[in-house]
Amino acid sequence: MFWVNTKRILKSGFISFFRNGFVSLAAILVMSITLFAVGSLLFSGALLEDSLNELRNKVDINVYFVTGAEESDVLAMKTTLEALPEVREVEYTSSEEALERFREKHRDDQLTLQALEELEENPLRASLSIRAKETSQYEGIANFLEGESALSVDSQSIIDNVNYFQNKEAIDNLTGIIDNSERSNLMKTILLVVISVLITFNTITLAIYNSREEIRVMKLVGAGNWYVQGPFVVSGGMYGIVSSTAALLLFYPVTQWFGPMFYPFSFLSSTQDINLLAYYSSNFTEIFLTTFSVGILLGIISSYLAVKRYINV
Amino acid sequence: MVDNKVPMIYFDNVTKIYNKDSFALDEVNFSVEPQEFISIVGHSGAGKTTLLKMLLAEDKPTTGNVFFESSDIHTLPKSKLAKFRKRVGTIFQDFKLLPQKTAYENVSFAMEVAGRTDKEIESDVPHALNLVDLEEKMWHFPHELSGGEKQRVAIARAIVNQPDLIIADEPTGNLDPINTYDVVQILKKINDLGTTVILTTHNKGVIDSLGRRVITIDQGRIVRDDKHGRYVL
Repeated sequence: MFWVNTKRILKSGFISFFRNGFVSLAAILVMSITLFAVGSLLFSGALLEDSLNELRNKVDINVYFVTGAEESDVLAMKTTLEALPEVREVEYTSSEEALERFREKHRDDQLTLQALEELEENPLRASLSIRAKETSQYEGIANFLEGESALSVDSQSIIDNVNYFQNKEAIDNLTGIIDNSERSNLMKTILLVVISVLITFNTITLAIYNSREEIRVMKLVGAGNWYVQGPFVVSGGMYGIVSSTAALLLFYPVTQWFGPMFYPFSFLSSTQDINLLAYYSSNFTEIFLTTFSVGILLGIISSYLAVKRYINV
Repeated sequence: MVDNKVPMIYFDNVTKIYNKDSFALDEVNFSVEPQEFISIVGHSGAGKTTLLKMLLAEDKPTTGNVFFESSDIHTLPKSKLAKFRKRVGTIFQDFKLLPQKTAYENVSFAMEVAGRTDKEIESDVPHALNLVDLEEKMWHFPHELSGGEKQRVAIARAIVNQPDLIIADEPTGNLDPINTYDVVQILKKINDLGTTVILTTHNKGVIDSLGRRVITIDQGRIVRDDKHGRYVL
């Protein structure tokens, strides 16, 4: 009997979805907009994260070593730094490499190159370029380096200087901007999701309000709660499926035409031609699953709760 | 000799107060035997519909109990209440058909909730619609039917599960005399086949033509209970 009832409930929900065409259309329209808003949040969140990562990548601190520091000591320090949980990566530049890069950079500047030739030994120092996982962690790393410098053997530190302290203010400001952006994005996301859920719930509640007398009659004829709720829940799920499809279809032209406008820090990006449409295509499965599951769940839960209100006859 | 026969329905001192100045029902006591045909008459607002609501457990009495075959229907758990309602066919003045379902689907819905098989539904629904002379309009939606036709669909829905009891709340209230006559004849036929019928009406002609038991209610109280009654108000 369970399967017979399930089949009847599915059939009834399916039929009433089409027979209540106008109500279904209204619910689908509102839900499509809601899902579109939720999907846009995914995009804007991804773009913001991308931009913030770009910003984070612009920040590093460099440790310069005294001339004549042994390479083995520098590499030992590199290993120590890499073991720190805050550190994402450490890049070692030997004094020879630094000289090579300097020459490359100034290859059209004969005057500078000549001045360099005049010097008997390599004036450039070996350095470690450190990238932290979060910009807020640079201070901790710099303090660690300070400690290392103070503790060094023979009271002769191999660290010449750490450029964090010159750039501290800029790094702190950037950390603040990143934190604020993430926080405000989270707040906006939560707010928009809550508003969207409320709007959808309200629309479906209104649609079912029209059927309150029908619900009462079903109960009086002897239908159990699930037999009354079932078809409405099925229709709610169908609203979700149709509106998710509509929202996913709508994303294509929107990402294509308006994509560039949404990129907040494109001037910073090395990939200035970041393509929302490409992002949409490459993350389609994730976006598809999120939009569909949000749509179907919203439809089902809203319908379930809305019918529940009228079912106690 | 002691009569041990249990009545089908028994109202035991039922009072319903919606607000403290007016009693919708006031200490109502009566019983209904199986296969009886009872008419409940009274002016509008006398308490007829409230009485039926108590019987369908749509509303609870303020004091007193309503028994159906010795079970107090107001203390039944939800699952048993649904089961009880499946044994009762209900006909309303305003038909209460499901507007998005065809005549056939309205009738089959009552069978579906009673747990009937698809095969039973396919054979019984046309038969029930045939009984009320609506076989040709079984695929029409309620808005495509006249008042009399809607009421006949409601009757087909009420009888299709062969209930023990039919409750008809002013079933002729919205009908013209010809449709009224048809509906009453159908109810009589259902009763003759062994189903208990409780009918509320304020149609004098209907009551007088039936010549069955009549309970008269006035201001929430039973003022007459005549075995072969006439419409006296």
